[in-house]
Amino acid sequence: MAHGHAVKRYSGLMDWLTTVDHKKIGILYLIAGGFFFLVGGLEALLIRIQLWKPLNDFVSADTYNELLTMHGTTMIFLAAMPVIFALMNAIVPLQIGARDVAYPFVNAIGFWTFFFGAVLLNVSWFTGSVPDGGWTAYAPFSGTTFNGDHGFDYYVLGLQIAGIGTLVGGINFLVTIINMRAPGMTFMRMPMFTWSVFITSALILFAFPALTVGLAALMFDRVFDANFFDPSGGGNAVLWEHIFWIFGHPEVYILILPAFGVISEVVSTFSRKRLFGYSSMVFATILIGFLGFMVWAHHMFTTGLGPVANGLFSIATMLIAVPTGIKIFNWLFTLWGGSITFTAANLFAVGFIPTFVMGGVTGVMLAAAPADFQYHDSYFVVAHFHYVIVGGLVLGLFAGLHYWWPKMFGRMLNEGLAKLTFWTFFIGFHLTFFVQHFLGLMGMPRRIWTYLDGLGFNEMNLISTIGALLMGLGTIFFLLNVVITAFKPKNAANDPWEDGRTLEWTIPSPAPEYNFKQTPLVRGYDAYWKEKMDGHTEMTPAEPIGSIHMPSPSILPLFMAIGLFITGLGLMYSHGEWGKIAGIEAGFVVGGIGLIITFACMIIRSLIDDHGFHIEPEELQDKGVKA
Amino acid sequence: MNRWQFFRKLAPLLALMVLVLSACGRSDLSTLRPQGPVAEEQFGLMKLAISIMLIVIVVVFAISFYVIIRFRRRPGDKTIPKQVEGNHKLEIIWTVIPIILLIILGVPTIQSVFNLSKDHTKDPEAVKVVVTAHQYWWEFEYPELGIKTAQELVIPKGKTISIEAKSADVVHSFWIPSLAGKVDANPGANENIMYFSAPKEGVYLGKCAELCGPSHGLMDFKVKSVDEASFDRWTAALQAPVALPSDPAIKEAFVSKCLTCHAVGDQGGPAFPNLTGIGSRETVGGILVNTDDPEYSNEGSTYDNLHRWIEDPQAVKPGTLMPQVELTPQELDGISKYLSELTLDYEQ
Repeated sequence: MAHGHAVKRYSGLMDWLTTVDHKKIGILYLIAGGFFFLVGGLEALLIRIQLWKPLNDFVSADTYNELLTMHGTTMIFLAAMPVIFALMNAIVPLQIGARDVAYPFVNAIGFWTFFFGAVLLNVSWFTGSVPDGGWTAYAPFSGTTFNGDHGFDYYVLGLQIAGIGTLVGGINFLVTIINMRAPGMTFMRMPMFTWSVFITSALILFAFPALTVGLAALMFDRVFDANFFDPSGGGNAVLWEHIFWIFGHPEVYILILPAFGVISEVVSTFSRKRLFGYSSMVFATILIGFLGFMVWAHHMFTTGLGPVANGLFSIATMLIAVPTGIKIFNWLFTLWGGSITFTAANLFAVGFIPTFVMGGVTGVMLAAAPADFQYHDSYFVVAHFHYVIVGGLVLGLFAGLHYWWPKMFGRMLNEGLAKLTFWTFFIGFHLTFFVQHFLGLMGMPRRIWTYLDGLGFNEMNLISTIGALLMGLGTIFFLLNVVITAFKPKNAANDPWEDGRTLEWTIPSPAPEYNFKQTPLVRGYDAYWKEKMDGHTEMTPAEPIGSIHMPSPSILPLFMAIGLFITGLGLMYSHGEWGKIAGIEAGFVVGGIGLIITFACMIIRSLIDDHGFHIEPEELQDKGVKA
Repeated sequence: MNRWQFFRKLAPLLALMVLVLSACGRSDLSTLRPQGPVAEEQFGLMKLAISIMLIVIVVVFAISFYVIIRFRRRPGDKTIPKQVEGNHKLEIIWTVIPIILLIILGVPTIQSVFNLSKDHTKDPEAVKVVVTAHQYWWEFEYPELGIKTAQELVIPKGKTISIEAKSADVVHSFWIPSLAGKVDANPGANENIMYFSAPKEGVYLGKCAELCGPSHGLMDFKVKSVDEASFDRWTAALQAPVALPSDPAIKEAFVSKCLTCHAVGDQGGPAFPNLTGIGSRETVGGILVNTDDPEYSNEGSTYDNLHRWIEDPQAVKPGTLMPQVELTPQELDGISKYLSELTLDYEQ
């Protein structure tokens, strides 16, 4: 055999801990993100049970604030982001005809730092000091003066570590999409999902550093007694609001753009039609990403920025409706004249369109600053962002998961159960959140532990709680489907929907380790569809069959993340909680040990060359990822 | 099957619309039933926005339902639809029409932004109030009148009320849905201004709208609009000397255990809610509604509410800074009775 050196291959658990394969990392993201989605969902259900009747005391006021904080933080950072990353990892390299992402090792670092950051944040439940000031962590409430326990330490350090994962992941996908496209795949031939991931990655590159800086500053306030945000020590509370939302607003587009991409793929496939207005879709996506950075202060209309700022940010925010509207109508006209089949994936996509529009129009309403003086921080806002995040992003993710499940796992999800998932989740969703618009308009502030009787809030809160339970039921149907499917034979075809248009459907389900035996030659937009229309059954290869260079698996990313986890934990308990070691706070000593572990791994990685290995032509069989 | 899906989708929406239109909320709390010019201006903008958005929704829903029903794949259909790349005319239409709709919404938005940010702090006609938010109560100071009260903002009807809002601790938000919208109460130097007026007499509900701690949801206050003569009597009564409890034992307990933090008349400390006239307020602690005809668990007579609050403040407002003061049952009864009779006679 002509291997450069011994091939390191692991199996079982070690395989998953050391993998640098984007498909396996995608599955890891999905499992972890799915788990935290359940945790966040459970928190949501507890919130809704608390609110089902006035003056309820199902949970205490303190616990309620912890639940709402962890629900928001978990859903955004630990559930939505990783499931998006799951789809990005599983699909983007396949869609551009690449054999892996540009930096497979970094990809693994991205996953493991996300995972250990997420675990660190949730360790707070077991230590009893949980963050309780909302996912926005407004200062000075999140500072030590008003939050003396370790709750926000977990928030600051957990998110900081998880944020590293997101940032390197975003950079990785930028490089991958720029550099690793198959011959012939120009930018304007890229599938819409890849485009949306590209823009999302660019947003991550510019938005996450703002969060990093904000969290670092808050960490200094909390751990090292600095004074960035506490006015009693000369800091400024509004400063945090700016930093947070300069990150926070692009973040919502980071979340929704990949869903837009998924919808574009699914709607086009299941109506057997080319995406209507592809170039205007690309343009609209770029414009949304750009405008997303210009509108953060619309979260702060009541902060007191003055009429000029409020006016400018109102108009800038309204402008986003234009490219978004372009996307909506392009989807509708993709369906128009098509031959639409309502698979579960397409039900989610078609359900997405009107639902997202409902969330979008309330967004424009919120953009009018004077009216926002009424909506702001009321249940109207809660309804709005759940319409765009659940009605938009989560429906989009469900569409994507049902659509690409066979490509990720080699098995088709059960259609009947999947449709049941859709209907319970969809109806439950509208029941939960539609009435909340009116609760807000009727004067119910958000983030309240309980409400008085006789204010007219009772019936709608009850409806909302019933809806939430229905959404829970929908999620259970989905889990059931996943479990049942896991026991079915792995028999999905290359192109199981038969109307696949893009490159991922040209290779086996699940894709083999090396993805493409031969890099395909792309001759146009919807590359596979074009070949099909020209009477071919597969892509024209762009290279002869040869040996394929693969990256080696490595355990280092896991240890790097564990090192950071230890550092985070140590920093938190550096105020005498653990005593002193040789005159130094034990917390700092532990933190130092963690950093040493991480740096040691970096040094090992830098000094020891690993050239990977080759898969020789005679070994090339269409074997897929095990899952 | 698909026809059924159509109805299944529509039926709950229609049912909800009926439910919702029948309930616009209480007139003293709902933004949909504005009681003053500022809230009316905001409601006007909301109505304009909702109308435009309903048009958008109707168009999108109509097209959605049409394509879902019209272009379903018939069983066994193997035809390939025409692969349309796009349509410049259509794409220009759905770019330009939203821009026009946004201009229709944007112009009054900008007008209103500037109108509602008018500064009345120097307006000699306006009643100035400095609002200071605390975890979890509201302090109202009338600097020109030299008076300070808590939890209940008494205003003369029809007059412009100029608010300067700030916070003594964390960020709060001062919200009177039926009168004025909201403005954040920031700690430090970021003070905010706002104005409103209430042309009609009445009591309006106010709320804290920014998460500020466990009892954020219980941080309610009232705005009480009275005629000008009553308002003048109220300001005078608030400055009149207040008699302490007549029973010496109760007086001793009240002075040593209550007035260390609270004030009545010209006695006591300024850091916590001023108790002058607490017996004629609408609520105790912002949420225990005083009524002789209690209906809900947060309602009771003024005496009962005061008793309940003083006996165990944490049970009423978790996280409140008011401690459970050690009082004998006699002292508790006596102080509750004294405070419930500590009224200001200003309304006619």
